[in-house]
Amino acid sequence: MTTVKHYKGPVRADGTPINVPKKVLKLQQTAKARNRKPNRSLAGNIFIYSILFLVACAMAFPLIFAICSALKPLDELFRFPPTLFPRNPTLDNFSDLLVTMGQSWIPFSRYITNTVFITFVGTFGNVIVGSLAAYVLAKYDFPLGKPFFSLVVTALMFNGYVTAIPNYLVMSKIGIVDTYWAILLPAIAAPMNMFLMKQFMEGLPMSLIESAKIDGAKEMRIFWQIVMPNVKPAWLTMIIFSVQSLWNAKASTVIYSEAKKTLVYALQQIQAGGIARTGQAAAVTVVVMLVPIATFILSQSQILETMATSGLKD
Amino acid sequence: MTTFVKKYFALRKRNTLIAWEKAKQMKFCYAFLAPYAVLFLAFYILPMLTSIYYSFTYYNILEPAKFVGANNYIDLILNDDVFLKAITNTFQLAVITGPLGYILSFCFAWLINELPRWIRTLAVLVFYAPSIAGNAYAIFSIIFRGDAYGYLNSILMNLGVINTPILWLTTPDYIMPVIIIVTLWMSMSTGFLSFVAGLQGVDRAQYEAGYVDGIRNRWQELYYITLPNMKPMLLFGAVMAITQAFGVCDVPMALAGYPSTDYAARTVVTHLFDYGYTRFEMGYASAIATMLFIVMILCNKLIQSALRKVGT
Repeated sequence: MTTVKHYKGPVRADGTPINVPKKVLKLQQTAKARNRKPNRSLAGNIFIYSILFLVACAMAFPLIFAICSALKPLDELFRFPPTLFPRNPTLDNFSDLLVTMGQSWIPFSRYITNTVFITFVGTFGNVIVGSLAAYVLAKYDFPLGKPFFSLVVTALMFNGYVTAIPNYLVMSKIGIVDTYWAILLPAIAAPMNMFLMKQFMEGLPMSLIESAKIDGAKEMRIFWQIVMPNVKPAWLTMIIFSVQSLWNAKASTVIYSEAKKTLVYALQQIQAGGIARTGQAAAVTVVVMLVPIATFILSQSQILETMATSGLKD
Repeated sequence: MTTFVKKYFALRKRNTLIAWEKAKQMKFCYAFLAPYAVLFLAFYILPMLTSIYYSFTYYNILEPAKFVGANNYIDLILNDDVFLKAITNTFQLAVITGPLGYILSFCFAWLINELPRWIRTLAVLVFYAPSIAGNAYAIFSIIFRGDAYGYLNSILMNLGVINTPILWLTTPDYIMPVIIIVTLWMSMSTGFLSFVAGLQGVDRAQYEAGYVDGIRNRWQELYYITLPNMKPMLLFGAVMAITQAFGVCDVPMALAGYPSTDYAARTVVTHLFDYGYTRFEMGYASAIATMLFIVMILCNKLIQSALRKVGT
């Protein structure tokens, strides 16, 4: 029996497709026999994928190096010639890090609480406020809506450092410098997340919303009960991106009281402690990179589903 | 002439009225948009506008801003040698890492796309992880360390390529290549994810049709089927690549020190950082920010119009 992949046309009783040229059937058979696409040369495949493999190794090397360094005891960190893999892997660096954390001027749990609080509130606000805006921008045509969205696309290009100075001035004018709001409010308005949400919602059929409207649902109810459950991948993506950026937020320019600093800031202060803390610095690198990477692994398929709609239409 | 102007304004008035009527009907849209719009305008657009305003003043935060006309820009272009160095470096970085990072992101996404599912998942992770790994790029300061304990130095010395360790991060000739490598390492970011996801979404039937119509190899398939389908993602990826290429700041500061030897690692953004956060010359820093931003928007326009022609 010969079947053609993704063929949905008429078939004969034995399942062989009608109307499919012989050429295609033959190509498919040979492709199946060799288990690859018909118009690919084997030599090309081997060549390309071995290059890809080498590049992937090169990409992964620094991260593996970082993890291995964190597992090396102090004498191995300064061994000559330096080695890649630790000979006697230990978790000493991590326990040393815990000791240093215990000695900080502000109880270390305070930094953790700060980061958890900021991440939680910021992400929550970002998803709600961003989705509300994304919904109307994606599904309704109203005056000033399009120009506003192109402004958001332009804002995707803003670099944190470039706007940091005037941002500080604006924040000091409204008096939120050195409060959590200084981190939270810009994070809630993050253009990237809103942009992704809007692009994803474009794919939602308008008939869904209209039928709810005919049934007498108010806009707010449509948003909560029809729209939001249907864009689950998008708001999961929003959560992940928001968590990633808030976790990495140091905000050293807008927060100056030590008790309000974030965990990453405190960890990087330890990291900057010079050569005596080389081991701990390596441990910090691993701790800091672990959270974003772990969240990405857990939600990869949802993120990719959202990114599939991220394209910019003319 | 007057009748023309009158007609023009009458038309404008009419259009505004129609828009106003429509706006009144769509009140809830504005209610939904309002919370986001207020925050967005306050923390993204307003700072940009303030920055443009301050770029025409002398402002050091302590004294009130003093209007100096275009002096900041004139100083910047004609008198600031370090800025010229920064511009050269930034363009060098942007021209190499921008297009190269962009093309590499696409190529890797394209090659990964044909792998079996679990390898694909792993490959996406390997390529994407560097860009989200916080300050993991700091590990390059160990790899490229200037003494014999540096990883690269020790390998090269063991192989007998060099006799004495090379000061990778303090020799002006070597700083830029190192930064370019690290920036490229981190360049598979959101744009890359967008490419991977977009490639998954290309309709298989188009490829099948391609086989029938005699598309012979993967390159023809790429040019005639894949690229035209990927245009929206390519446009989005371009925005991301530009942002990244012109915004290089953390990497040179962490690796080459701040300030770096002979300003070899000075980029426009580190220059801005210097004037804004070290010298508190906010007016001057704002002028740098404004220039950078204009260049970025122009680049974006240029690339978007170039990409529209792809595959058509």
